[in-house]
Order: sequence, then C-alpha cells, then structure tokens
Amino acid sequence: MGKMNVNLCGIELDNPVIPASGTFGFGYEFAELYDINILGTFSFKGTTKDPRFGNPTPRIAECTAGMINAVGLQNPGVDKVIGEELPKLAKCFHKKVMANVSGFSVDDYVYTCAKLDACDQVGWIEVNVSCPNVHGGGMSFGTSPEAAAEVTREVKMVTTKPIIIKLSPNVTDIVSIASACENAGADGISLINTLLGMRIDLKKRKPVIANTMGGFSGSAIFPVAVRMVYQVAGAVSVPVVGMGGVSDAEDVIEMMLAGATAVQVGAANLVNPYACRDIIHSLPVAMEKYGIKSLNEIIGGVR
Amino acid sequence: MKQGIFSIAENVPITESVYKMRLVGDVSAITTPGQFINIKLDGLFLRRPISVCDVGEDSVTILYKVVGEGTEQMCRMKEGSLDVLTGLGNGYDTAASGENPLLIGGGVGVPPLYLLAKKLIAEGKNVTVILGFNTKDEIFYQKEFEALGAKVYVTTVDGSFGIQGFVTDAMKDLSYSYFYTCGPEPMLKAIFRASTTSGQFSFEERMGCGFGACMGCSCKTVTGYKRICKEGPVLRKEEILWEK
Repeated sequence: MGKMNVNLCGIELDNPVIPASGTFGFGYEFAELYDINILGTFSFKGTTKDPRFGNPTPRIAECTAGMINAVGLQNPGVDKVIGEELPKLAKCFHKKVMANVSGFSVDDYVYTCAKLDACDQVGWIEVNVSCPNVHGGGMSFGTSPEAAAEVTREVKMVTTKPIIIKLSPNVTDIVSIASACENAGADGISLINTLLGMRIDLKKRKPVIANTMGGFSGSAIFPVAVRMVYQVAGAVSVPVVGMGGVSDAEDVIEMMLAGATAVQVGAANLVNPYACRDIIHSLPVAMEKYGIKSLNEIIGGVR
Repeated sequence: MKQGIFSIAENVPITESVYKMRLVGDVSAITTPGQFINIKLDGLFLRRPISVCDVGEDSVTILYKVVGEGTEQMCRMKEGSLDVLTGLGNGYDTAASGENPLLIGGGVGVPPLYLLAKKLIAEGKNVTVILGFNTKDEIFYQKEFEALGAKVYVTTVDGSFGIQGFVTDAMKDLSYSYFYTCGPEPMLKAIFRASTTSGQFSFEERMGCGFGACMGCSCKTVTGYKRICKEGPVLRKEEILWEK
C-alpha cells in the first residue's frame, strides 16, 4: 500500500484528509458514526471571542452540484469551546485538532487565537479571514493584502502554534493576499472559502436565503478551487491546504497535484456523513490506479 | 442515525398532490414518533428531509406533498432504491401526554401524528385527533386515524367537509390533558395561543445536513439555541420563542 502520510507545518498527518470547518461541528456528532481518529485531523467550527447565534433562517439553499449557506458563524464562543467542546472532543479524538478562528476586529482574532494557542489539543490555528456571511468582519480582512497581513502579524505575536490563514476566493488577486500573509509570518495558507452566491425563490420573488447572499460550496466550485490552489502554491513557499468541492479520493489527488499539502473536505460531509471515511478508504485504490507510491511526492506535481 | 439503502415498495398518490411512499430496509434507528428521514435523490445536492408517518418491522412509510424539484422527482419513482439516513431528530415524548392527549395536524403536518397516535393508543391513552385542511379534496388519513381507535375531527377552511374553519375552531370545545401538533407555522402560533395545557410542537426548517453538523436550521429558544434537525424538530411549548 502506498504511503498517505504528509507533514503539515511540522506536524505529521496519517493522511491528508481534513473535514473543513463548519461541516463537522466539534467532531462528536461524527464520532457516533465512525472512528474519527482515522482522519488526518479536522478543522472545528469557526470560533469567535463571544458566543454568536448567527443569521436568521433560512440559512441554506440548494444549487446545482452545490449549496449556499449563510449560517453566520454560530458558535458558543471561545470560552465555552475550550471549557465544554474540547473536553468532549478529547474523549473521541486523540490527535491534534485544527482550531478555526474568526473575528470582527484584529483584537478579536488576537484574543481568540491566544486562548486557543494555550490548548494542548490544538495543533494548528486556522485563521478565517474569509467568512462571507458576517458584516464588518470576516471576509473584509481577507480581501485586502494589508488587512490580511495585519491580522497575520498580530496573531503571530501572541501564538506559538502554526498559523494557517484561510483565504477567500472573492477577490481579484488571491496571490497578492497569500504572499502578504506569508510575508507577515503565516505558517500556511488554506483556500478556498466559499464563493459568494445567491438564489431567488421564483414563487415568492425573494431571495431563498434570509441574509440574501451566502457562501456557495460543493462539487460545482472544485475547478475554481484547484485553479486558486495552483496559483497560490506557485507563489508561496509555506504549505497550502486545498479545499473547495472535494468529494472523492480523485479530487484529493488532484488538489495535491495542484500544490496542496493537505486537503479539506467540506460540503460533502453534509450530504454523506461518511464522506471523509469513504475518501480515506478509497485513497489507496486511487493511488494504485495512478501509480502513486507516496502522496507526499505528488504535492505540486502538476508543475 | 443510520445510513441505508431502501427499496421502494409502494409510491402512490393519496390526494392530488400528496403521495404515500413505503420504503423497505433497516429501520432500527427509528425509535420515536416525530423523527424524520433524509433522502438522497439523483442530481440534487442536498438530501430531502421527510417526517416518518409509520414504521413497521422492516419498512418506513412517509407521506409527502409535491412542492418542488425533489418531491417532483420522488413522485415519479415506481421502483428502485434510495440512499436514506434514518432515525434523525428528537421526536415526541409520550410520557407527558396524560390520559386524554389531543393531536392536531395541519396539511402535510398530519403524517408524524399517525405514528404518535399509534404509540399513545398502544399505551392505553384516549386519543383525540384534529386534522385541518383547506378543502375536502386535500383530506387524507382520516380513516386511518379512526382505524387506530382515535376520535377524529376534520376541519376545512372552506367548510366543504367537517367543521368549517381552522383547527383552533375545533379545539376550543374539547377538553384534553396535553397536546401534540405539527403543521404550518401560522397554525402552530394559533395553537400556542389557543391551547389551555402544555404541549409539544414539531417545526419545519430548511436543512443542510439534517444531523446536527452544519447549524443551517438553528432557532432561538427559552433554553438556548437549538438545531431543528437535532434537538428538534419537536420543541416543548415552554421553550418556544416566536421571534424571527
């Protein structure tokens, strides 16, 4: 059997498969279904300084080969995440978890990252500067190189763990933003967050989503994600975590060939709760089919 | 929750737009009335959540109204198999019912009350049911509830059958120990105001996953944030907040 292990910012992963933030909760819903320790790791639900309910419903819309969500960072706040969610997770997941952090100001990011940096269970901090579903925060930090670099720089000053900046595809030049984050000290870049989208209910002549717009994800966005991962991986020297529409083992291999060191799986988990388990189980077969002895050797292999 | 492949044993119209589908497979995850199943359909990304109407040893029955692309596709299926997640949601709790529970269903909110009525009657309770529809042609399952041994009242908004008016018009003359309801939100609100006892409400919401992972169907309650798909769809009267 081929080797599936990869090294993400100094931490060894058994395989590159990582459920993406917002599609896997804090893990334990899925732990009832299968042993989640088979995962490389997972990125937990986007966490903010204070508890958030998020946006009004409907928050979800069906699309061709995908979906739109406008959840709006519903989470119990960093103190409850550390006090309640992480201890629950410790009972079913024994690997390092990726902490996903969002904020509405640089100080928010700094506060939340510093707290999570002190948790043993946390291996990496994925800083989300790309949430399309909140105003006055989230994506506004990820759409300019200066703002993204400022968040990166300030967070790096209060943390010791690898900092991975999660970027938005809703920009003109993603490479300039990725490079600005790298120069500001980012240990890795993850991309892409959702594409800003919208659906309209023809009978009601109103947006399907209460918040009007939301983040489009699912297999439909895979080619956009591969293209952006390819562009960013060609421009930075830190590891890139690829995501966006990944739904099977072939997609994982394609993302890695584009330049991803590890690969996140998002919307697929919501349709098939066993998606990541199925991908991990079918990776050896797909590797064999394409003559891959070690996944580590194909990273960026398209160039 | 369980994922399974179910074969379609029956799929027939019971009114002009409501269909009855019986699916054969492993139903062991379905444990309480008021739960739902989540069906994967060809060419559609998200699964379609549908409430459980009845469950047997190896089959589950759903009643669904054709309202969109998913149910449109379902009503055309004659045979074949479906990928289904079963045992989803927190259903009705029969422990609180008292001796004379009242079950109130409106339109496609009627189906989950059937399995509930079955369970309450098996527990020796005196079950009364109000079924509310717009008009005579939309009525379904009146006889099925009667066959279980429930006392059934039917209301129609246009007065073409039974009591003329809304379910609350039938409710006001009845005495009951507790109530259970499912139906459109305006009806649920009216019942919330008109009811004289405590009770349980089943809610509908657009869902992403249906099993608690995505936070797509959250609502605010007196006791904190709840996911309609996980802590719901059934909520107790005392915990409901109507703001939206």
